[in-house]
Amino acid sequence: MKVLNRRRFLTYSGAAAAVAAAGGIGWKELADRTRTDPLPPGTGVLVVLTMYGGNDGLNTVIPAGDAAYQSARPNLAYAEHEVLDLGEGLGLNPGMTGLKKQWDGGTLAVVRGVSYPQPDHSHFRSMDIWQTASPDHPLSTGWIGRWLDANGRDPLKAVSLEPVLPPLLAGATTAGAALPLTGLVLPKGPVGAAFAAMGGPSAGEPGLQAFAARAITDLHRTVDTLGPAVDAKNAAATPAAAGAKGAKGAKGGNALGTQLDVVARCVEMGAPSRVYSVSLGGFDTHADERGTQQRLLTEVDAAVSGFLTRMAGTDRGRHVVLMAYSEFGRRVGANANQGTDHGTAGPMLIAGSGVRGGFVGAQPSLTDLDAGDLLPSTDFRDVYATLLAGVLGSDPAPVLGPGRSTLPLLST
Amino acid sequence: MQRVGLGPRPGELDTAAAAGFGATLAALTGPTGPDAGAVATPPPSFPAPAARPGKNDIAARRAQRQLEAGQARQLMGWWLDRMAAVDQPFPERMTWFWHTHFATSVQKVRYASLMYGQNAAQRRLGAGDFRALAQAMVVDPAMLVWLDGGGNAVGKPNENLAREFMELFTLGVGNYSETDVRQAARALTGWQVNTVADTASLNPRRHDNGPETVLGATAGYDASSLVNMLLAQPPSPKFIAGRIWTRFVSDTPPDPATLATLVTAYGPSHDVTALLRAAVSTPAFRDPGSVLVRQPVEWLVAALRALRLPTSKLPPAAIYQGLTGLGQVPFYPPNVGGWPAGTPWLTTAAALTRLKVAGALVKVGDLSPVTDVAPSQRVEATAAMLGLPAFTARTATALAPLAATPPQLVATALASPENSLNA
Repeated sequence: MKVLNRRRFLTYSGAAAAVAAAGGIGWKELADRTRTDPLPPGTGVLVVLTMYGGNDGLNTVIPAGDAAYQSARPNLAYAEHEVLDLGEGLGLNPGMTGLKKQWDGGTLAVVRGVSYPQPDHSHFRSMDIWQTASPDHPLSTGWIGRWLDANGRDPLKAVSLEPVLPPLLAGATTAGAALPLTGLVLPKGPVGAAFAAMGGPSAGEPGLQAFAARAITDLHRTVDTLGPAVDAKNAAATPAAAGAKGAKGAKGGNALGTQLDVVARCVEMGAPSRVYSVSLGGFDTHADERGTQQRLLTEVDAAVSGFLTRMAGTDRGRHVVLMAYSEFGRRVGANANQGTDHGTAGPMLIAGSGVRGGFVGAQPSLTDLDAGDLLPSTDFRDVYATLLAGVLGSDPAPVLGPGRSTLPLLST
Repeated sequence: MQRVGLGPRPGELDTAAAAGFGATLAALTGPTGPDAGAVATPPPSFPAPAARPGKNDIAARRAQRQLEAGQARQLMGWWLDRMAAVDQPFPERMTWFWHTHFATSVQKVRYASLMYGQNAAQRRLGAGDFRALAQAMVVDPAMLVWLDGGGNAVGKPNENLAREFMELFTLGVGNYSETDVRQAARALTGWQVNTVADTASLNPRRHDNGPETVLGATAGYDASSLVNMLLAQPPSPKFIAGRIWTRFVSDTPPDPATLATLVTAYGPSHDVTALLRAAVSTPAFRDPGSVLVRQPVEWLVAALRALRLPTSKLPPAAIYQGLTGLGQVPFYPPNVGGWPAGTPWLTTAAALTRLKVAGALVKVGDLSPVTDVAPSQRVEATAAMLGLPAFTARTATALAPLAATPPQLVATALASPENSLNA
């Protein structure tokens, strides 16, 4: 980061002058604070991986030895010898060889049968419930957004690597920052100054217009703090990135891999962010599921296990915990198109150096069903509560309400 | 004009102000005669697809995928040009609205010809009787591919189309049960798509003759009678009115009295234009504090119109990568729920991406309304050219130093907070 200080200082001086001229705020002070105030070593970081579309949990953590599984999905089931054995009659999808190694190393936990009371089969309602952590009534804030609201209202504390901000990062007063993978290089010269100055407040403007202006302000902070992580030219110059084995690796080409690659660089350079949101879509497999899902799970496996291996190599990285979820699992029985329709409970994957590997929660029965759907055994809010307390060091109550249980997911 | 149209072209705002709100609204929503801009932008035609290469013919499959992706981009470029070229924007504005409502992605549909068929149906039926549009969409070939309707057969139901049709297209979540979804899926069985002829037809041998019980009513439904029954449900008009409201008026839902007015305007003939006119005639629409965030496609089309620019003058990468970076590419919605509305578009990265795309636009666009005036008047002239009521003092002060260099001035103004909204 040091080599960049001069260029960035110059960029900022211009911006600061322009904003000062427009009656703006103390830019340079803000920039200096984020630069001189990196995340203290040993601070926990949470990576949230959303798998959009409803990932088929039964073909992810597979009860291949269960006769009821085989008979419910004649053309879709994996045979016992195909899955990667985890014990207790369950095995990972054959595409997940990297995560099997994490399991064997004791750094992968599988939370079984996760859902919420009265599961909803709508992608959108169910994803809303997962992202707002409010099964009972619709909320306009996400669970990480409320965590931002309750912890200093700093947009840089939670960062999305997606072009559209996911609802989970929207708080009542704060929204997480967006960091595009294509890089963030601010314009220089007069255009740069004018652009920065448009981020100032203007009395009496409509709320959404003020929001748009604030986003420009937040952008400048984001670039100053995280810009080097996505600037390809700078990536190699970041000492931690250069030193990390397989920083990009052969697997870096996919979209999720690229997102996690940027997260890794942010973590290694001590960016002040505590939460990162990454995602992969395409899990809505109503037809020809087996090939499609295995391809997607292979992509997840390559990206996530590569990320975990890299994180295990640095002090900062060893405090990172990754959580993967989808809005629901799928129906136990296959449909006529070698696919599955929308279901209920599914497994969550929790991984990282500080994770206590193994199974948590009971595996749902394949014969005691609710209209063809699994009966959940674990409430997703207990997983969130565990991570809020154990990784982010925060009281879960302001985010999730009182009375959540903690699960034995973390070793520390 | 920003919300009901696609952004005014230079001078159009003054004409509208002179004519008054009522006359402008009537003219906007009641286009007459042929549109020279539409005539000048004929849709592309796509040759009938060849037989799919075999699974093991890797090279042929790659070539096929490249051909399909190229056609999808050609279709996208055409539609952007059409939206930029039309003199009477309402038909395209409604087609765009229905594309966001019946969100279908060429990513899965693959054939641009099927996507164009759906697009044309939305243009033909998008301003009239919603029932006719819904009837067309439930058996639209692209829709059947997108939501696995082609695999839905008697005894082997696939629920995808039935669920999304109720949840996202006609009723809204919470207005039906899981049993209703499973029963409605049976009513939609038997439709098959012919990708060479771009048609869908009912195969009676694959259709479930019922009877089905959906929302308490039992009949031997087919696609058409199912749609009629769904649209007759009391939640349906409210749901459609809410969708129009969110995209044309405000993020804040209408109050019950306003909603009732909208439902009355929609009426028994499911009149979309009457509903829209009622929505934009409410006090909420004219409240200066009521603004909507421009979706990226709306932002781009407004810029193309203001700069009198066809996409063919731009490097294809600038358009496609720009829209990808902004998170919205026509014919590629992220999922069947379509794109979000409101603040999710105002990310920290979005303004920078807009500035980058704007940089490409001003290199080839017509800046004469700005270059033709003295530097001291150029900031104001830029606001007028972009169809903005005015810049705030903040933005005007920020832009003033760029007056000597109109391309930089206009590019930066295109990325301003003011131009991120539909006022």
